[in-house]
Amino acid sequence: MRCWRGEPALNTTILLFLLQDGITNGAVYALLGLAMVLVFAVTRVILIPQGEFVAYGALTYATLATGQAPGTAMLAVAMGLVAFAFDLFAARKAFRVKTIVRAVAVNIAFPVVVLGLTWGLAGRANTIPVNIALSLLIVAAIGLFLYRIAFQPIAHTSVLVLLIASVGAHLALEGFGLIFFGAEGLRGPAISNAMITIGQLQITGQSLAVYGITIALIVALWLFFDFTLYGKALRATAVNRLGARLVGIRTSLSGQMAFLLASVIGAISGILIVPITTLYYDTGFIVGLKGFVAAIIGGLISYPLTAVAAIVVGLVEAFSSFYASNYKEVIVFTLIIPVLVLRSLTAPNVEEEKE
Amino acid sequence: MTQRWPIILFALVMAALPLIPEIPPFWIVLLNNIGLAALVAMGLVLLTGVGGLTSFGQAAFCGFGAYTTAVLSTAYGVSPWLTLPLALIVSGLAAVVLGLITVRLSGHYLPLGTLAWSLGLYYLFGKLELVGRNDGISAIPPLQIGSWRMLDAGSIYYVIWAAVILSAVLTTNLLDSRTGRGIRALRRGHIAAEAFGVNTARAKLLVFIYAAVLAGLSGWLYAHFLRAVTPTPFGVHASIEYLFIAVVGGAGYIWGGVLGAVIVIVLKEILQSYLPLIFGGQGQLELIVFGLVLVALVHLAPGGVWPWLAGLLPFKRKPPRVDTSLHLAARPARELPPVLLQLEGARKQFGGVIAVNDVSFSVGQKEIVALIGPNGAGKSTTFNLITRVLASSAGRITVCGTDVAGTTPQEIARLGVARTFQHVKLIPDMTVLENVALGANLRGQSGTIASMLRLDRADEARLLAEAARQIERVGLKDQIDQLAGSLSLGQQRIVEIARALCVDPVLLLLDEPAAGLRHMEKQQLAALLRQLRDGGMSILLVEHDMGFVMDLADRIVVLDFGTKIAEGTPDVIKANPDVIRAYLGAAA
Repeated sequence: MRCWRGEPALNTTILLFLLQDGITNGAVYALLGLAMVLVFAVTRVILIPQGEFVAYGALTYATLATGQAPGTAMLAVAMGLVAFAFDLFAARKAFRVKTIVRAVAVNIAFPVVVLGLTWGLAGRANTIPVNIALSLLIVAAIGLFLYRIAFQPIAHTSVLVLLIASVGAHLALEGFGLIFFGAEGLRGPAISNAMITIGQLQITGQSLAVYGITIALIVALWLFFDFTLYGKALRATAVNRLGARLVGIRTSLSGQMAFLLASVIGAISGILIVPITTLYYDTGFIVGLKGFVAAIIGGLISYPLTAVAAIVVGLVEAFSSFYASNYKEVIVFTLIIPVLVLRSLTAPNVEEEKE
Repeated sequence: MTQRWPIILFALVMAALPLIPEIPPFWIVLLNNIGLAALVAMGLVLLTGVGGLTSFGQAAFCGFGAYTTAVLSTAYGVSPWLTLPLALIVSGLAAVVLGLITVRLSGHYLPLGTLAWSLGLYYLFGKLELVGRNDGISAIPPLQIGSWRMLDAGSIYYVIWAAVILSAVLTTNLLDSRTGRGIRALRRGHIAAEAFGVNTARAKLLVFIYAAVLAGLSGWLYAHFLRAVTPTPFGVHASIEYLFIAVVGGAGYIWGGVLGAVIVIVLKEILQSYLPLIFGGQGQLELIVFGLVLVALVHLAPGGVWPWLAGLLPFKRKPPRVDTSLHLAARPARELPPVLLQLEGARKQFGGVIAVNDVSFSVGQKEIVALIGPNGAGKSTTFNLITRVLASSAGRITVCGTDVAGTTPQEIARLGVARTFQHVKLIPDMTVLENVALGANLRGQSGTIASMLRLDRADEARLLAEAARQIERVGLKDQIDQLAGSLSLGQQRIVEIARALCVDPVLLLLDEPAAGLRHMEKQQLAALLRQLRDGGMSILLVEHDMGFVMDLADRIVVLDFGTKIAEGTPDVIKANPDVIRAYLGAAA
């Protein structure tokens, strides 16, 4: 994410710096790539608004750190109200107390409590863990309601229609982002200001936090998908929606779960990078797309491959910003093309049943 | 064609619009923008809605068109009219290069792949010195006819809309042709199309190039309309916008692209000019509303607005008149070997599972051979080996003396082998006539350009006549203009038989043709198959209805767990203890 002018020589210090920069960014791309794979597998939605989850997470955190209440908390309440209306409308033919209580708890009580906490704590208990927790709760609520409002009613339609809805959601959320956070970029406080020096290698505490949290999240996802009933239900939905419904899995719940996870992962990524680089309301889009590149290289199915690919994307970005900073983005985005060629040469000739 | 007049009417209305006294010049600019977007969206309709290939990269092709003319007409002073073919060629060549990479990708890789190179190209446009980096190129000369320089929006308006209408007519012609049926079959997967000789990889590349050339045309017009180009209108956001123009309008319909352009561009304009008046100058409020409206639109009309609107229009599409007196040239008479199909130790392994285990049998001339066996015996896999949908792991299969190893399904079709499918593979939104005409694909000659220019009509009439004749032969004359998807499953199987007959086959492979038929219909089918055999055709069929098979077949081959357990005449098979055991268990 830096560029040098002139003809610098690559010495050990710069090499180590580039490696570290690449791996740090790569770790964040890995998280985003994983979230995209997860959402696509379960819901067939190509999650363009993933970038907004990143920006919302980062900027909500940065706003809280300045002692102000972010507008995203209000948005969560507003979206909750709409989601509640959708739930009521869907339940109009079979009014059951349990359904209504759940709808009120999830759609109204949850975001209102979060808003109350935000207003109550903003500027008062200004500690990093509290701000992180609040940011995650706010973005989680937005992610959950986004699925309920924009995608659940059209969950059965084609990938293309879902994609258009996804673009619509991205545009609307980006517009809200501008209103809430303004056109100026923000930076947030680092999770750790520690600095470790090993020979010529200087490692910041923030980078260590990025690595640690990324690894922890990947392990958590693995445990979740392999060892819990909810995780297995999500995987079942990913393989076969109809089959999953027949064995009693509520696919709408799987979708909400996937979006909840994706939004939390997005927000964490944002909180991790906002101390390192300035984020703007629309930065998320391009950061999300780089995660997406990793997800494509991973074939939208493989978690470990996506993680490895993301590190490669981060490294390529770091080194191309050193050697050809003008063409950094060109190089990163065309990186997929050889991968695609390879895939098209090895792809089995299978027929997909469509429609 | 009888439905010419709506287009002529539309052209007249568009031509008259700028002549309305005191029409605000701004409207004309808006109409120009609509026309430019409609051209790109029309390509996307063909690519995405009809061909099933989603592209996030169309704006990049506009960029190729626009930058080609911008560079040549400013730096080298080439006349804009001369740069038009060059702009189209450059975008077409770019499509060939990118298409060769992307088009082969299946399913979701394709849209993602296009997204990737579209981002890469956007940044490239912004960095290359040749195209002026992020500042772009300005002072592009206007179009000029004689001394008339098209400087204002009102004059280039005519060029833009002439291009839109011409493209719409050419595209409509293309879809309503032999090549078009091949393209429309792509969305349902490649196996059925290839079984009738459609080269699906080529058809995909063709629509990819076609859509790119339309985008390049739009880019060329854009450059001479605004007379300045920068990278922004060729980025990913623009590509995504073109995609939803197509989806909102109706991705399966050519005029859906035009309607979508009207809706999206007018909507954006209204939002941009009126929202700030209502809510004060709050930043980018129109972006939010636009996004919300978009989500709402796909919720309310996932199929797009055009099909809904077309239902309200007074003119309905009339089914084509088919002149059944026309005949296709018969397959050149050739000496057929006494054995049409020969399997020698054919084997297919999927990992550890042996689906077909060293099976040998043959089909001779004028013979009906039945392939029977319990579910999972490997019958359909054997069909797929013969037609090269699957490559055999070992053994030798010859069709009319040609070894099928190393051939493609298209070449098998060319040898005179036609097939039906166990799971019906018709295109549900095409009529029975169009579906069946796909079978005659290899017997027509007209190519893409001829189809667009309507030079294919004589050829096309003969193809449709042949299709109509085969439909009548299988007894579905009354359903000829219905959509294939609206027929019962039994009737759809019969449509598949008619489609296979259109190949003029020497060997017909039928996969469970009688499933879903009533008793009378089965008898009619048996009579038809006997008549075909007596006319010189050989038939290999898979069937579970034993009464039907025993009455009809000359010879029966029995498979069980991939292995041949018996072969012989129906009477021999009925008495074979191994066969009885396989079907009914021991000691039945």
